[in-house]
Amino acid sequence: MIEYLSVIVGLLILALLVGLGRILLGPSSADRMLASQLFSTAGVSILILLAIIQNQPALINVALVLALLAPLTLITFIRLRKKSL
Amino acid sequence: MSLLDAFTVIMTASGLLFFLAGSIGILRFPDVFCRLHALTKADNVGLGLIAFGVLPQAASIFDALQIMFIWLLVMVAGAVGCYLVAHQAEECLSKNAAVQPNDLDELPINRSITPKIDSPTGSTNDEF
Repeated sequence: MIEYLSVIVGLLILALLVGLGRILLGPSSADRMLASQLFSTAGVSILILLAIIQNQPALINVALVLALLAPLTLITFIRLRKKSL
Repeated sequence: MSLLDAFTVIMTASGLLFFLAGSIGILRFPDVFCRLHALTKADNVGLGLIAFGVLPQAASIFDALQIMFIWLLVMVAGAVGCYLVAHQAEECLSKNAAVQPNDLDELPINRSITPKIDSPTGSTNDEF
């Protein structure tokens, strides 16, 4: 089971890296922020899986903090753009 | 392999599938709204499936509850962020209907205009 979950984590990191290509390509800054949103969602699931794999429940708290802070970046970005328009 | 382990295997594998679909979508879809669609739906379902699948392996009932709480939190955050980005992009679109050349590189619609001018022969935009 541990090995299987480790493979899942590896493939999730691969999906994350593929999605982060949008940061390089993305024409508008909103696209780049969307890629960072993808980073937060995939990062939360990777942390949950790691908490199970390493049997360390503290990592679930790390995932909770990441899930709490990720939308704040998006909201700050929108507010800054609204000011500049 | 017990029944609960089989449940974990199936759920995490399908969650991974949703994550891969979301990543490919955010890379290949043509404009901001399509990418929002790919990101917010596919990724939240993927995270939910992985969270459900991991539940039988959790050490205590408290950990399991916390994992489900994280999933709820990510769904609420995804809904709020999706609405804000879409609203902002649409505002930007309607504001740029009266052309301001300086803002053109910020326009989501810009991409669908320029390749047709550049190359009418066919090999249009490499985004697709």
